Amino acid sequence: MKTFNYHSAKDVKEASKLSSSSSAFLAGGMTTIPSIKLGLASYKDIIDIKKIKSLSGIKVTGKTVRIGSTTKHVEVAKSKDVKKVIPSLVALAEGIGDPQVRNRGTIGGSIANNDPSADYPSACIALNAVIHTNSRKIDAEKFFKGMFETSLKSGEIIEAIEFSIPEKSNYQKYPNPASRYAVVGVYVAKHKKGVNVAVTGAKSCVYNDKDLSKALTNNFSSSAIDSVRISSSGMNSDIHASAEYRANMVKVFAKKAVEAC
Amino acid sequence: MASLVGSRVERKEDKKLLTGRGKYTADVNFINQTFAYFVRSPHARAQIKKVDIAKAMKASGVVSILTGADIANDKIGGLIAGWRIKSEDGSDMKVPAHPPLANETVNYVGDHVAVVIAESLDEARNAAELVKVDYKILKAVVDTNKAMNSDQIYKDIPKNLCFDWLLGDRAKVKEAFEKADKIIKIDLINNRLIPNAMEPRAANADYNPSTEEITLYTTSQNPHLARIIISAFNGVAPENKLRVIAPDVGGGFGSKIYPYAEEVVCSWAAKKIERPVKWVADRTESFLSDCHGRDHVTHAELAVKNDGTFLGFKNETIANIGAYASVFATVTPTYLFGPCATGVYKMPAAYTNVKAVFTNTAPVDAYRGAGRPEATYTIETLVEKAARELGMDPAEIRMKNFPTQFPFQQTLVHSVDSGDYVSGLKKAMEVADYKGFEKRKRDSASRGKLRGIGLCSYFEACGIAPSPVVMMLGCGIGLWESAEVRFNPTGNVTVFTGSHSHGQGHDTTFAQIAADQLGVPIENIEISHGDTDKGPFGYGTYGSRSLTVGGTAIVKACDKIIAKGKRVAAKMLEANVDDVEFSNGEFVVAKSNKKKTIGEIAFACYLPGTYGEVKSPLPEGEEPGLKETSFFDPANFSFPAGSHICEVEVDPETGETKVAKYTAIDDFGTIINPLVVEGQVHGGIVQGIGQALYENCHYDNTGQLVTASYMDYTMPRADNFPEFDLGFTCTPATSNPLGTKGCGEAGAIASPPAVMNAVMNAIGTEISMPATAEKVWKACNQNKKKNSEAA
Repeated sequence: MKTFNYHSAKDVKEASKLSSSSSAFLAGGMTTIPSIKLGLASYKDIIDIKKIKSLSGIKVTGKTVRIGSTTKHVEVAKSKDVKKVIPSLVALAEGIGDPQVRNRGTIGGSIANNDPSADYPSACIALNAVIHTNSRKIDAEKFFKGMFETSLKSGEIIEAIEFSIPEKSNYQKYPNPASRYAVVGVYVAKHKKGVNVAVTGAKSCVYNDKDLSKALTNNFSSSAIDSVRISSSGMNSDIHASAEYRANMVKVFAKKAVEAC
Repeated sequence: MASLVGSRVERKEDKKLLTGRGKYTADVNFINQTFAYFVRSPHARAQIKKVDIAKAMKASGVVSILTGADIANDKIGGLIAGWRIKSEDGSDMKVPAHPPLANETVNYVGDHVAVVIAESLDEARNAAELVKVDYKILKAVVDTNKAMNSDQIYKDIPKNLCFDWLLGDRAKVKEAFEKADKIIKIDLINNRLIPNAMEPRAANADYNPSTEEITLYTTSQNPHLARIIISAFNGVAPENKLRVIAPDVGGGFGSKIYPYAEEVVCSWAAKKIERPVKWVADRTESFLSDCHGRDHVTHAELAVKNDGTFLGFKNETIANIGAYASVFATVTPTYLFGPCATGVYKMPAAYTNVKAVFTNTAPVDAYRGAGRPEATYTIETLVEKAARELGMDPAEIRMKNFPTQFPFQQTLVHSVDSGDYVSGLKKAMEVADYKGFEKRKRDSASRGKLRGIGLCSYFEACGIAPSPVVMMLGCGIGLWESAEVRFNPTGNVTVFTGSHSHGQGHDTTFAQIAADQLGVPIENIEISHGDTDKGPFGYGTYGSRSLTVGGTAIVKACDKIIAKGKRVAAKMLEANVDDVEFSNGEFVVAKSNKKKTIGEIAFACYLPGTYGEVKSPLPEGEEPGLKETSFFDPANFSFPAGSHICEVEVDPETGETKVAKYTAIDDFGTIINPLVVEGQVHGGIVQGIGQALYENCHYDNTGQLVTASYMDYTMPRADNFPEFDLGFTCTPATSNPLGTKGCGEAGAIASPPAVMNAVMNAIGTEISMPATAEKVWKACNQNKKKNSEAA
């Protein structure tokens, strides 16, 4: 492990000011710390944002759920307020990693990292989330750009994620038996204006499956999925699952999610 | 005093181990200690053209950097293969040199090239990045099945063949096959596994220049063996100048039986720099460089009559032993594999032929069960297939071929002293509600799931082993065990054993045995192991041997204590020694009320005098003190056996397989502590289910280890399993006075075939381990296709 300078920022402004091309923000550190330890990443400065109070907390209003970026998975998993309006989001948080990860990992860290098999990005897409940063608001559809890539700019800090409350929703995943990351995760959300089917794990980046969304917007039942053909083209293929298997799992888990809505 | 043998005494060691008070090698620190970090090969096969340490030597904190050239200059010997195997043609096995630091070539990813020793671990690791190694990369040999037809790795080893070994009689088998009504054939792969002990390997060597003594702390199942190898073969220090201590050890499963390059290098380096050298593997190093397990490719055939009677068996196996022949690498796929491959059956004719091949992968050695899981998997999937093809019930075909007379001369090697396989299988069927399976299958079907049932009846040869037998078969050492029972003057007891607990609970079970033998309360007995300076030489813990061999040595040493106690008691009680009886901790003169407790006798032995007069309680010529040693060499192996029945439920849409029900009925002879035995069975079963459904060591075709972390190597977890239904039958072993048979490996031996037979029963297709969701899903799809084509 290479040594680095540790800073604990008192507010967003200071954190942003400290950042450079060789720095990283630290929230839960569930990816950053292991990457440093394994020598996969090294930074001159680590800027801890956990002590910035304004970045943490959950607020439920009539139409949205707003979650501060350094809010831990366990806090979402245990939130009665969120459970009332979006139970699937609580279930998703309960199913991330293991208790150790849930006790430290944060929602902001998860989406800023944009791991192709992370759970939260699918919630952002399915629940028409708006990502609030210290300089702007970004629609989820425009936030996730590619594998481990987002539209965040250097020094930009996520402050909160604001989810729209759907009529119905459910998240189903097939966890990798080794890592328990999603091999495939499907988040189905039925909003007034239509249905979103967000898929994580299957491709290099989370995406909204337009065919499944359209079919379910027309007819919100699992049988509506039967006729949708899921192409394996562009899907990930590794020792755990071939593209063909992932395509099958998208369909199977989309059905499961609809049935569980 | 009630007997402790057979009772569920809670593990004495758990208080320490579960509250963080254990002391492992990584917990040991010395003043002035340095830290070692190994430069390892990133290539599976390459020539080392140059190792440039100049820049690294200048890095912060670096104390020393040592390379293969240094170790060769100091004439430090290579790592050894401990068991000599001869090929069918009579020629000796061929093994390459295995220097602790590579000199000319590297032969697997993770092979040791140099060691950087620095003031801190971070400095050692950072400097290691600056060691420049110039490699000429060569084409790697990875695939077990293709190894004999690939590039030759070592100049003197054609076809990469270590040996081509035969056990059995080809002509008799040919004859038997000619008489068969049907021949059942299978091709299978026994998947390669990575041991994954909870505690990574570690070494901390301290050298005292004034006494010239090295003290090596290490993660070993077998510290005495480590000492003799590092002394006699590596030549680091004479045996009397090397003390090896294996403190608490957090699991091994075979991977910590023998010393590795790191222990040799740390001991040698500590002497060289005259400072302690500490090394602790990180998890990636464990994946890359711990010896792996299994890795067989097998073709087997069973000749049967239409009524299900077995006539003959042949087994053609290629065993991958990795880049070098590790200590027990050559016996694992031969004498630990071949004899058990005919299973628990009467088999008039049989042979096993094993071709052991070198590849550019980590060395492969003994891993829980070592050879016997591979043997049992072969015969038990074959027998199940025979039942299917003959239209017989899988239980019926097994019953038909079980031996019922004991001792039973098994086809290839063993004379099995005791057993009752019929009762074991019957009990398993009853506990598993075998008859109710069809109903449960219909219930699963109503939920869209496929349910399957699978059996496995096994026997295995463990409790290794009779020294004359194993040495005749090529073992470089005897496999007896020692014990020293030492009464302290105040009447409590320390028992030294040459075996070494690395999770098995010896502190408890061995104390139970000594408590019963001596009539001393269990709280007054300590078990001491793991230090070559304490207690006599021993052979460590593996091959389910510690209780049957080491436990028996304790009994024998206790017998000697009691014999001496009787002589002393006779003198003190003024009786004839033949009239002194011993029970419940008391020496009693027959038909009298005269007695002495064993504590009083111990006290008298240590303080043999009386104030004011010249008087000894000891008989004339008797030495003071009360301490006895015994070395026990068993007359035979021990042969645990049993039947396991597994039920799985498969989701055909996703291929996910759930173990729905698992029953294990085992015969371990006399059970000392059911709590400990059940723990062993649980652990073995989950390890076996891990092999069947989850675990797989995967190298890509360039020899890079793809499954080098827990992100990719699937360890089974608690939520993968149902409650297990365990039960026991008991036919005591006749080869040891306790009547015990080994129990440590049985679960891992029996469960893979039970699970896989259940999976194959559920989906109706042959499938290889591990039965991952995708593989099962593909098999289900193919069946669907076939069925729709047929319709």
